[in-house]
Amino acid sequence: MLRFVLKRLLSLVATLAVASVVIFIAIEVVPGDPASYMLGLNAEPDTVQALRDELGLNASKITRYFQWVGGMVHGDFGTSYTYRTPVSAMIADRIGISLPLALYALLLSTVIAFPAGIIAATRRGSVADVSIMGATQLGVAIPNFWFAMLLVLFFSIQLRWFSAGGFPGWDEGFFAGVKALTLPAVALALPQASILARVMRSSLLDTLGEDFIRTARAKGLTTRQTLWRHALRNALIPVLTIIGLQFSFLLAGAIIIENVFFLPGLGRLIFQAISQRDLIVVESVVMLLVFAVVLVTFLVDVAYAVADPRLRAQR
Amino acid sequence: MESGIFRRNLVIGAVLALIFLLAAIVSFFWTPYDVTQLDIANKLKKPGSQYWFGTDHFGRDIFSMIMVGARTSIAVAIVAVGIGLTVGVPLGLAAAAWRHSLLDELIMRSNDLVFAFPALLIAIMITAVFGPGAVNAIIAIGIFNIPVFARLTRGAALSLWTRDFILAARTAGKNAFRISVEHILPNIVNLLIVQGTIQFSLGILAEAGLSYVGLGAQPPIPSWGRMLAESQTMISFAPHLALFPGFAIVLTVLGLNLFGDGLRDYFDPRLRQQSR
Repeated sequence: MLRFVLKRLLSLVATLAVASVVIFIAIEVVPGDPASYMLGLNAEPDTVQALRDELGLNASKITRYFQWVGGMVHGDFGTSYTYRTPVSAMIADRIGISLPLALYALLLSTVIAFPAGIIAATRRGSVADVSIMGATQLGVAIPNFWFAMLLVLFFSIQLRWFSAGGFPGWDEGFFAGVKALTLPAVALALPQASILARVMRSSLLDTLGEDFIRTARAKGLTTRQTLWRHALRNALIPVLTIIGLQFSFLLAGAIIIENVFFLPGLGRLIFQAISQRDLIVVESVVMLLVFAVVLVTFLVDVAYAVADPRLRAQR
Repeated sequence: MESGIFRRNLVIGAVLALIFLLAAIVSFFWTPYDVTQLDIANKLKKPGSQYWFGTDHFGRDIFSMIMVGARTSIAVAIVAVGIGLTVGVPLGLAAAAWRHSLLDELIMRSNDLVFAFPALLIAIMITAVFGPGAVNAIIAIGIFNIPVFARLTRGAALSLWTRDFILAARTAGKNAFRISVEHILPNIVNLLIVQGTIQFSLGILAEAGLSYVGLGAQPPIPSWGRMLAESQTMISFAPHLALFPGFAIVLTVLGLNLFGDGLRDYFDPRLRQQSR
């Protein structure tokens, strides 16, 4: 087991290292000098030069790459070209919205998908099954940002239950924060819940066809007992993998949904940074999101191996 | 009865997808109104007999804009699937032909790397560097498609390599390249067509998302995602601006998904047993 974890950990570090090189090279290709951009058209060459020194832009590309990566390891993401404040502080501020939003959406999608998938699988071919499968077919076809707009139209404009956007800040209380994130989380969760319900259904159907289920029934367990004690546990393994993978999609998807609801999260930060050509912010946020994706994939792999020892042997 | 449902999926899906494909093609020759013509006197008209889907804040006909927008969506998605197929399939075939070699390892690890970047992040980086535009959206979605096809191809090819007819081809003296092209590829074409349909529908969704946040097609090229973005501030008094482009996206994607499901069933009835 330890060998498996170490091997996966090594591959995680390698992926991150290569990803950081790719991101750094990609952003370094950008024409134009951040220092001249920050100071505007009428800046004196001396001033530009001084700022370049201050930002460390005169060092060689290789030195700068290692400074960037070395800084990130210690939680130092450099200084924003536009705001002259530490990027880490900007990210810390914004992640307090994006991360809870992604987790909230993950929770909602699981809460919706589990019962839907279980009902569809246990009542295969029934009206309930056909309706749930039809709904999931529609769920994966609806763009989440459009669904978000429909939610605003109905729940904010017509019913006035929720505000149409913005975030009051966690200082206003937990409930106010959760309320502001509810419509965005529902919008994010819809397509993921549809996918999850389908996976849950097909995984449960596979498990219900296994011999050990017949054995459980033969020894006198009721349908319900068989379902809860044997079938669900075994069906959950592929479902948990999908949940893990969905988290990265939710984090990235949050970038678009934040735009619909004017939430000051990582998504808004990255789009602002693009329009202001604050490339160090773009670089750092992209790296952070890639790190999150790779880390979650790693954790899912390890969890999977813990749950199913056969997988350890295969790799 | 179940095969009836699947045949129905295939037909409904094909009809929906064809409607939008036709709309895109017809828009090259004819649209009810000129989408580049501003007509402020007729702005924000509700849907009716004169303007079927109403008009936007510049008085442009929404129906015509959706027809032209179909072009952008379909073109971006098709080219992105094309990039995924032309790069991903050869990589997958090579990885399977020289399995467990350094090449295989290199291809699969590069796939992992691309998987670490959601399509949106690739698009954000490309846009940060080269600026927004339809071509950059195509590249971003295309890059994302490469590992999808590479993995699918490798997996399917690996199981074919153990079959007797491949052994026969090897005995006949064919090399790995010829076997991949002449025997493996024809046997996985169906699989690729089905996956291609799915990636096509995902491409339409991705293009809409990118255009919505301003990273896709730029004005004056109409696109469904940007129509939605522009409608957002007017949704309280002109909801039709948001409804019709949204329906266009949903129906196209739904059509392609149903079509893909139906095709998979058509090609391999055994899959129906597994998926039901």
